[in-house]
Amino acid sequence: MSAESRRTMDVNLVPLLPVVQVLVTALVVTVRDLFIKANESRGVLAFYSLVGLGLAAAEVVLLLGGKQESAFNDSFMLDRFALFFAVIFIFAAALTILTSIDYVRQAGIHEGEFYALILFATSGMIVMAAANDLMVFFLGLETMSIAVYVLTGMWRSNGRSSEAAMKYFLMGAYATGFLLYGIALIYGATGSTNLTQISAYMLDQPAEWPIYLIGGGFLLLIGFAFKVGAVPFHFWVPDVYDGAPTPVTGFMSVAVKAAAFAAWARILLYRLSPLDGDWVFPLWIIAIGTMTLGNLLAITQQSIKRMLAYSSIAHAGYLLIPIVVGVEWGGLPLLFYLLTYSFMTLGAFAVLASMAEGNEPRDGYSDFAGLGFKRPFLALAMSLFMLSLAGFPPLAGFTGKFYVFRSAVLSGQLNLAIIGVLNSLLSVIFYLRVIVAMYMEEGGAQGKSFRQAPFVYIAVAIALIGTIYLGILPADALNWSRQAFGSLE
Amino acid sequence: MMSAQGFGDLTLLLAIPVLGAAALLFLPRRQSAGLFAVALIASAIAFLWSLKIFERFDGGNGEMQLIERVAWMPAIGIQYLVGIDGISIFLVLLTTFLMPLALLASWSVRDKVKEYLIFMLLLETGMLGAFLALDLVLFYVFWEVMLVPMYFLIGVWGGTRRIYAAVKFVLFTMAGSLLMLVAIIYLATRHAQVTQVLTFNVLHLYDLHLPVEQQFWLFLAFALSFAIKVPLFPFHTWLPDAHVEAPTAGSVILAGVLLKLGTYGFLRFAMPLFPDAAIALMPYLVALSVIGIVYGALVAMMQTDIKKLVAYSSVSHLGFVMLGLCALNMQGVQGSIYQMLNHGLSTGALFLMVGMVYERRHTRLIADFGGLWQQMPRFSVLLLVVTLSSIGLPGLNGFVGEFLILLGAFRVTPRWTAWAATGVILGAIYMLWMLRRVIFGPLDNPENQKLQDLNGRELLILAPMMFLIVCMGVYPQPFLSRMQPAVDLTLKRIFAVPASPMAPQPDVGGEQKNDGR
Repeated sequence: MSAESRRTMDVNLVPLLPVVQVLVTALVVTVRDLFIKANESRGVLAFYSLVGLGLAAAEVVLLLGGKQESAFNDSFMLDRFALFFAVIFIFAAALTILTSIDYVRQAGIHEGEFYALILFATSGMIVMAAANDLMVFFLGLETMSIAVYVLTGMWRSNGRSSEAAMKYFLMGAYATGFLLYGIALIYGATGSTNLTQISAYMLDQPAEWPIYLIGGGFLLLIGFAFKVGAVPFHFWVPDVYDGAPTPVTGFMSVAVKAAAFAAWARILLYRLSPLDGDWVFPLWIIAIGTMTLGNLLAITQQSIKRMLAYSSIAHAGYLLIPIVVGVEWGGLPLLFYLLTYSFMTLGAFAVLASMAEGNEPRDGYSDFAGLGFKRPFLALAMSLFMLSLAGFPPLAGFTGKFYVFRSAVLSGQLNLAIIGVLNSLLSVIFYLRVIVAMYMEEGGAQGKSFRQAPFVYIAVAIALIGTIYLGILPADALNWSRQAFGSLE
Repeated sequence: MMSAQGFGDLTLLLAIPVLGAAALLFLPRRQSAGLFAVALIASAIAFLWSLKIFERFDGGNGEMQLIERVAWMPAIGIQYLVGIDGISIFLVLLTTFLMPLALLASWSVRDKVKEYLIFMLLLETGMLGAFLALDLVLFYVFWEVMLVPMYFLIGVWGGTRRIYAAVKFVLFTMAGSLLMLVAIIYLATRHAQVTQVLTFNVLHLYDLHLPVEQQFWLFLAFALSFAIKVPLFPFHTWLPDAHVEAPTAGSVILAGVLLKLGTYGFLRFAMPLFPDAAIALMPYLVALSVIGIVYGALVAMMQTDIKKLVAYSSVSHLGFVMLGLCALNMQGVQGSIYQMLNHGLSTGALFLMVGMVYERRHTRLIADFGGLWQQMPRFSVLLLVVTLSSIGLPGLNGFVGEFLILLGAFRVTPRWTAWAATGVILGAIYMLWMLRRVIFGPLDNPENQKLQDLNGRELLILAPMMFLIVCMGVYPQPFLSRMQPAVDLTLKRIFAVPASPMAPQPDVGGEQKNDGR
């Protein structure tokens, strides 16, 4: 930053480009919606949204080539780290919209607002990943959260959707309180909300941190644990994930989770890493509790949607391993795992969404019985997603887990790696049950009609290609993850 | 020594079944004869190609040959690294030899033929990959990849309790292999700390001499994974379920090849990587092997279902193979490898013949048969030969392997070997007793009086197996002489005394000579 720009307000709109692009698209979709008659097709809105996301992605790629940009006196940094996550968010939003096109129509969800809200949430997520200031982070968080609260409740003909939205909102507001209080304490201790200055303060006076700085750090930790659905702050997850429209569930379990982990990585793992020693043990407990409880409860579920909700808790547990491991070894595995997790989870939810018919969710194991020979492509894809989630090579889930467990071994926490693999074994039980239902049982899917849902097929195909590609040729994505985390330096 | 950067003959061998599977994907589902033809051709080409590799293979050299390497995840030193030596070449040949026969034997599969054949071919690539892989991560990948097709083969085309058997099979195998994954990562991490070389190349990792205490845990992690696969008593409980429920070809491949991956894993990975722990723990492994031999034989004796009897006999026979490995001397280990091939042939043939008679009668209960000799003379003669081979009649292949194993083991642990020898007697008892009840005696069941003898296709399947059973019994030398240098090298690795334990090994160039750079 030059001396010139420090004197004046540091206004640099270039790094805001992707955020603005997504926001403008959201506004265009909202306004365009008003000019479509009630009984006319609103497919064009999805098209607008996808074009907008495509443009945003193109801008991200262009920005990746340039130098790292920051704006507003370092409070917003669109570095490679932020761009990495922007790609995940934009990608997740696009797949969610592709999955939703048929889904919202049959569920009677109002399309205009639906797509616009997904775009609003996406813009909030990019802000979260790029925020280098606690207030900016909070801004992004709320933009995302409020949009997702509404999305959860948009299936208005279904009572469980409204219940989920209410629950999510109350729990989310509660977590927000923790975060805000933590931010306040940290501000009180360090005199700044800017992360660069906070970490400079902590390094300058390593011995004299006021106790409420540590307290503030812990409150942030609890807030993040709420947002990613880590045990013991996970109680909202199953009901909310189950009640929300299925594409929204996929969006939440991938994009919302990734956004929370992005902020966690930048704020706690990287900037506040001097506090590592204080929270490594509680985090260790949280990580192990999250994977174990998630996997154990997933085994008992009768609905695949609820199973995936618990499995998403379990995966939050795996994602916590690199965070426990710390900044030295944990960065690359965290980012890479999030990438692999996005593909397989979005794919699984896309298949699940394609099953729904009217108010009948058809998400039980029995509904999947015999699907393997009724809809071979979707069943094959679902099998591969399940195998990948369980960590079978040569799929994305394996390479992701390999790096996560390796980081635990490298840092000397062999026990974490062992508990992690034993959890993988537990998870095999319920992931295989889906395959058992699809290929080895009869009934359920037989004799039922299925919608022709071409866009879901596209979404599933994209997710499938990603799942296989990251499993067989992970080298590029690994490099990319390494550079992304390295750009925090 | 030959070595190549990039893909070569071995990769092509791995690719042939996959290409066959890919071709099947695009063929119409209705023409099952065409589908079978494509799968058979693919597996036959793979067999011929493996013969060509065998021709190029230098039997006088114990080192890894035909090595191919491609960087896979270069940042942490994971490679696509395959090669072959005198141990793996025969197991590769066994795999490619059994696969076309197993496919021919699957003729009666009428349901979802396309998927069935695709899974069989993918299974072949998985197994071959596991035998060829020299990078531990690559080995792990193939090791797990194999599970999935087998899971589907049992779960979709199996018997009545197929789902239970399939899930049990996967969970048991994964329980072991996941801990092995942690051990692999830990081992490579230690190697990087000591030598500053980040690699999962097993040929480099052999030279790392860890303190015994660390070796101990790592060996246990590897050994658990392999012991479940072998299966060693008491980890064998998945085997009877999987075998009984699997379709015939699945059982043939499971017994013929998959189980050998366990013993191969001990010989290739667990023992030479952690020699001190292996030597220290050998008495326990010997005990488990001998218990497995006797227990498997006793349980087999009591079975009423022929397939289950053969399944338990596998537990007993694989106990012999493990016993030979535990002897850690030339006779024992050579005998073990030889016995792996024998077991693949004779148990494979037994499962095939059980399948043939099951297709006719839809029962496998011994009590339902009797006097088949009069109705099915060809079947009975062949069953007699295979059974005799299985119990180790001199002149047939089983004798050579068992004799070498007992010879090798006796030099190390005479008392346990004496107990193991009772397994030979018990084996003769349950097998001959089964024969007596199935093919001899009066033909009193009216159902059996309508049985057709073996047809041309079935004879075609069994003929090559019979040929090898006799050949390997009469003239084992060509096999043993090619194994010897590789076994010798492996034993040297196990008994090598490190110059200075735990010292950093600066001589990286010297290490690399091992894998043929």
